[in-house]
Amino acid sequence: MSATAAAVHSLWTTRALADTAATPAIPTPHIEYAQLSPVLIVFGAAVLGVLIEAFAPRAARYAGQLAVSVVGLAAAFAALVALAADGYAQGRSHVAAMGAVAVDGPALFLQGTIVLIALVATFTFAERRLDPVAHGNRVDSFAAQGSAVPGGEQEQKAVRAGFTTTEVFPLLLFAVAGMMIFPAADDLLTLFVSLEVFSLPLYLLCALARRRRLMSQEASVKYFLLGAFSSAILLFGIALLYGYAGTVSYGGIADVVDGTAKLTPALANTTGNDALLLIGGAMVVMGLLFKVAAVPFHMWTPDVYQGAPTPVTGFMAAAVKVAAFGALLRLLYVVLPGMRWDWRPVMWGVAIVTMVVGAIIAVTQTDVKRLLAYSSIAHAGFLLTGVIAVSPSGVSSVLFYLVAYSFVTLGGFAVVTLVRDAGGEATHLSKWAGLGRRSPLLAAVFAVFLLSFAGIPLTAGFSGKFAVFKAAAQGGAVPLVVVGVISSAIAAFFYIRVIVMMFFQEPQPQGPTVAIPSPLTSTAIALGVAVTLVLGVAPQYFLDLAGKAGVFVR
Amino acid sequence: MNAYAPILVLGGLGAGFAIFSVVMASLTGPKRYNRAKLDAYECGIEPTPQPAGGGRFPIKYYLTAMLFIVFDIEIVFLYPWAVTFDALGLFGLVEMLLFVLTVFVAYAYVWRRGGLEWD
Repeated sequence: MSATAAAVHSLWTTRALADTAATPAIPTPHIEYAQLSPVLIVFGAAVLGVLIEAFAPRAARYAGQLAVSVVGLAAAFAALVALAADGYAQGRSHVAAMGAVAVDGPALFLQGTIVLIALVATFTFAERRLDPVAHGNRVDSFAAQGSAVPGGEQEQKAVRAGFTTTEVFPLLLFAVAGMMIFPAADDLLTLFVSLEVFSLPLYLLCALARRRRLMSQEASVKYFLLGAFSSAILLFGIALLYGYAGTVSYGGIADVVDGTAKLTPALANTTGNDALLLIGGAMVVMGLLFKVAAVPFHMWTPDVYQGAPTPVTGFMAAAVKVAAFGALLRLLYVVLPGMRWDWRPVMWGVAIVTMVVGAIIAVTQTDVKRLLAYSSIAHAGFLLTGVIAVSPSGVSSVLFYLVAYSFVTLGGFAVVTLVRDAGGEATHLSKWAGLGRRSPLLAAVFAVFLLSFAGIPLTAGFSGKFAVFKAAAQGGAVPLVVVGVISSAIAAFFYIRVIVMMFFQEPQPQGPTVAIPSPLTSTAIALGVAVTLVLGVAPQYFLDLAGKAGVFVR
Repeated sequence: MNAYAPILVLGGLGAGFAIFSVVMASLTGPKRYNRAKLDAYECGIEPTPQPAGGGRFPIKYYLTAMLFIVFDIEIVFLYPWAVTFDALGLFGLVEMLLFVLTVFVAYAYVWRRGGLEWD
């Protein structure tokens, strides 16, 4: 049969008999569940949260979600500490899950930071004392019913019935699971999947504000569209890097970049074709710079930060920056260190415009949330100066700066949720005038956060800035440090202006009131103050910790 | 670059054929419209006219389509495993069960919250 068939035409032929005898063996994959347990715990808690939404009665959901989130995040942190104590942060660090996820010092350090940020964010998500009691129900910052038309009849019905969107807790946990993998991803596909896993829940969370719902939905659509573009650019870059190196693994690409990889015929075609590497690398870095909100990829930041519910803004501003800077560090230090003479000048430029533009545009802002958004852009610039150092102290200084920045940011946005008038949060700066006369404690706390953002000595912001600028100067980037110090001075101007406004201006007659928070938000704010002061006065222990965690595995 | 020439030629031919068909049909075809011909093809919502003043249009069609895609993707992943489950052994079984379990959690949520009811 086969002989005649082959003779009729030559488009196909039957395969040799030996070929059909057995399916070729697949090397059995394996996954180190214990080393991935922190992520798996968070993911499991999120799945449990979805089940609560499905089966628990409405009245029991809030308490159940809060318990699952807090226990899950605490257990994940305990697992991270256990892994670090086992030596995975230093001697035993290696790449788990068939080369997909790295378990090393920076990964564990950043994952721990993200889990703690998420724990504090959970507290602010769960806050139900700020809105006045409406129809006998206490409500949080999230929409009564996301699908109801803003201001419509259905929304009023949902508000009267006291509906709340408790789905925000599982959404937060899913985002956290993605963020934990993002800085640990050791191949480009895992990088992309984890990026989507944490981005999609964030797009949803941005749209769920209880007050000013149209603005919130607008912010969500803007974030989604620009995020989709940046994901596409990142994915295109991944495809080009794969075309260049023939592998998506970080170590594999680095070998090809360094010229130490074994030459295969396929590889011989592309090696020497640096266009693929340069364009691909640039596109992947662009995708990451979008997430850290570096200029010129920052356009979405003020609008999204302003429109999103304030607890979500605080979480995004802190945790996304931690996750994305972790991924950026790993990409530049593990995959592209051989290309540093190509990417360093570009990052110089990006860092300079990020610091300068963030600081200068912040001066003209009249809304607290937009002000903090531009300040977070400027902070991305300061962090980039540490990235440019390409040295162990560069890594550890960025790790330290991320901790200092993120808890202060969470605390700052938590304060914003407390200053309210009839329309919800009073975010216009003019309404904050004289706040120090009316509630000195809150204004003093906010002043501490602003001083830390400005980098005044004895605050966490100073220790962080000192660390990254020192690392940058040692790495030969002295002009960059000069620009950084100048833009810090510009930034200090508008931080101090807000402080002056709060304490030295007469309060308006119809000014906002300060809501009395439950212990949840109080804890978040108190933690922010504690981190600011501890990292400011006695940073050495944490600097050492970041220093010990500063070595990537390849 | 030579290796890609056939692909480019194929793309050019395909685009040329598509443009030719659309243009020729609009030039030569008879145009006798009635209500049924202007309806959405087979299924789906009426794309026009949009409700005046930014009103609402039903999203249940999209919801069903999205749910379909979720289960579609699940099947796509089950097929390769079904072909090689003996080679992958216990590991493959456990991983696939975990994967199916997470999809079912989403399914349970949709079912309990009324996502499967049309009206």
